Amino acid sequence: MLVKDYKPILMDGAYKKGEWTLENYLKKGGYEMAKKVLAMPRDPATNNVPAMIDEVKKSNLRGRGGAGAPASMKWGFFDFKSKKQRYLTVNCDESEPGTCKDRVIVTYNPHLLIEGMLIAMHTMGIENAYIYIRGEYVVEFEHLVAAVAEAYKAGYLGKNVLGSGFNFQVTPHRGAGAYICGEETGLLSSLEGDRGYPKIKPPFPVVEGAWRCPTLVHNTQTLSLLPSIVRQGGETWAKLGPQKSPGPMVYCLSGHVKNRGLYEAPMLITMKELVYELGGGIQDDLALKAVIPGGSSMPVMKYNGSYVGTDGKEKTDSLDMQMDFDTLLANNSLLGSAAVIVMHERTCMVSACYNLVRFYHHESCGQCTPCREGTGWLEKLISRIYHGKGKPEDVDTLMSVAGQMSGTTICLLSDSCAMPVGAFVTKFREEFKYFCENGKSMVKDAIPL
Amino acid sequence: MGFAFNDEKRKQFDWLVTRYPTKQAALLPALRLVEAQAGGVSQEAMDYVAGELDLPPAFVYGVFTFYSHYRREGEGKHIVMVCQTLPCALKGACQIVDAFKEHLKLGVGETDAEKLFTLKKVECLGSCTTAPVAQINDDYFENLTPEKVRDIVLALKNNQMPPHISNGPSLEGGCKQWMPIVEAYPEGK
Repeated sequence: MLVKDYKPILMDGAYKKGEWTLENYLKKGGYEMAKKVLAMPRDPATNNVPAMIDEVKKSNLRGRGGAGAPASMKWGFFDFKSKKQRYLTVNCDESEPGTCKDRVIVTYNPHLLIEGMLIAMHTMGIENAYIYIRGEYVVEFEHLVAAVAEAYKAGYLGKNVLGSGFNFQVTPHRGAGAYICGEETGLLSSLEGDRGYPKIKPPFPVVEGAWRCPTLVHNTQTLSLLPSIVRQGGETWAKLGPQKSPGPMVYCLSGHVKNRGLYEAPMLITMKELVYELGGGIQDDLALKAVIPGGSSMPVMKYNGSYVGTDGKEKTDSLDMQMDFDTLLANNSLLGSAAVIVMHERTCMVSACYNLVRFYHHESCGQCTPCREGTGWLEKLISRIYHGKGKPEDVDTLMSVAGQMSGTTICLLSDSCAMPVGAFVTKFREEFKYFCENGKSMVKDAIPL
Repeated sequence: MGFAFNDEKRKQFDWLVTRYPTKQAALLPALRLVEAQAGGVSQEAMDYVAGELDLPPAFVYGVFTFYSHYRREGEGKHIVMVCQTLPCALKGACQIVDAFKEHLKLGVGETDAEKLFTLKKVECLGSCTTAPVAQINDDYFENLTPEKVRDIVLALKNNQMPPHISNGPSLEGGCKQWMPIVEAYPEGK
């Protein structure tokens, strides 16, 4: 099944002004699925809805925030025995360079998210939820607030929702500009009114999260898919796309393609189809050089020749690679948030890498030494190369510093910087070497970055 | 000159405090209310918020400065934030920064004497498919070109609504923050 036959769920109504209202959502059968779940029996011992947990398990829904872990795994580890309050937090802090899908969902389809939240809240016995939206998204926040207000007025939120006897409260919470708040424990610190400092795991948020209570944190897109799982049933829903990566995904196509944009598709699509069919090919009909397949933290794919991998073997990256979680993992990269950043032949990879390292250094929260110092060292090193003062040994030093940053910190920001640097240097080593030796880019007519 | 919430902000603040199990959690939203009322967050206002939330002032300063998107006291009326991260850079963010510098006659990080404009380079604004992007105050300006930048700056200098706003202000009356929910669901806890 190709994209043209697929009817979007998340992007339904996208870019239509005024489409966000409750009235329009109800016309499309909105909140019917929440009603269905509200009628399902709760287990009094655990205060959850076993039948719905089972549906999500059958659907094999994988989280859309970047890690791609099965949503049912989080639900399975949730501490139902705890006597404390339970919380749901929606991660709408999308800040990963290349990713811009959540804002379209909350601007044009906020009630889909609220219905998904209602389903998750009732299933897990949660009465209080927060939507953490990044501070820069003002218009998006406005729409979200308007939609939540509508839902309260219409009785889909508040006390005794739809006569069920349950209370569901949702509060949109605005961030204030920090990439690290997209990390789930950093997000919870920020929600609690602190700096967005990530916390050591375990305990995981499902056991001890917001205010040290069991907390479910999900990406906006993940929760917005729940109504469709209820509508179709988990088993049918799981049939769309590859067996291990079912359901629709929103690909954010940016960079040097002719038709940039958001494309919702089953994860059967290949890199070639994404770039050349949906994307319409490379800008100015230049040659394709590289693609970052899943947001800037993920290893880059090289498309202008082969390279020598870290294992010493010669390798090439395939354009026919299917864009799902497992295929990308098998190709030494990750799907992440499905933000596809395309670069043409006039892109200098040293400059591109410098840009990203600067980003991670700026966004490091500063708690852990390997990240705080490591991102700084990397930026200084690449900056030296970029400004023509690089030394031949700098290329190996880059790899050595990056190699010491992974797996040594509280959260994954350090890895998210080390991973792309490792891939950039490994796959485009000759460009880094040339820049060090000649004090200028190897790329002819490189675009300024 | 001390700071205190006006009636409308006080109503939102009192409601917000009921939305969380601790008072501290209302800190980030409270600073947003300050920003909207005063046009920037001053030390006096932070002291006021610290008092309202029973927090040490130094803690509030620490949290405030951790985040990059709050308006600081003394910044221009229009804060121009140009995205410089890779997806924007690939589409010519450098030229957009240069165009803003030229038309505003400002360097990056500077504010003019009349306190009308502050120019900033910022990291990813989350609008990568419509790069290059800049945010001015609450609004996004997408698919920018140096010519569009010229028109936008000219309009702002003449106190007019700038052209090329991509997605706002889309709801009537602009951003009312949490007010619509406060009105729809006033009872609190």
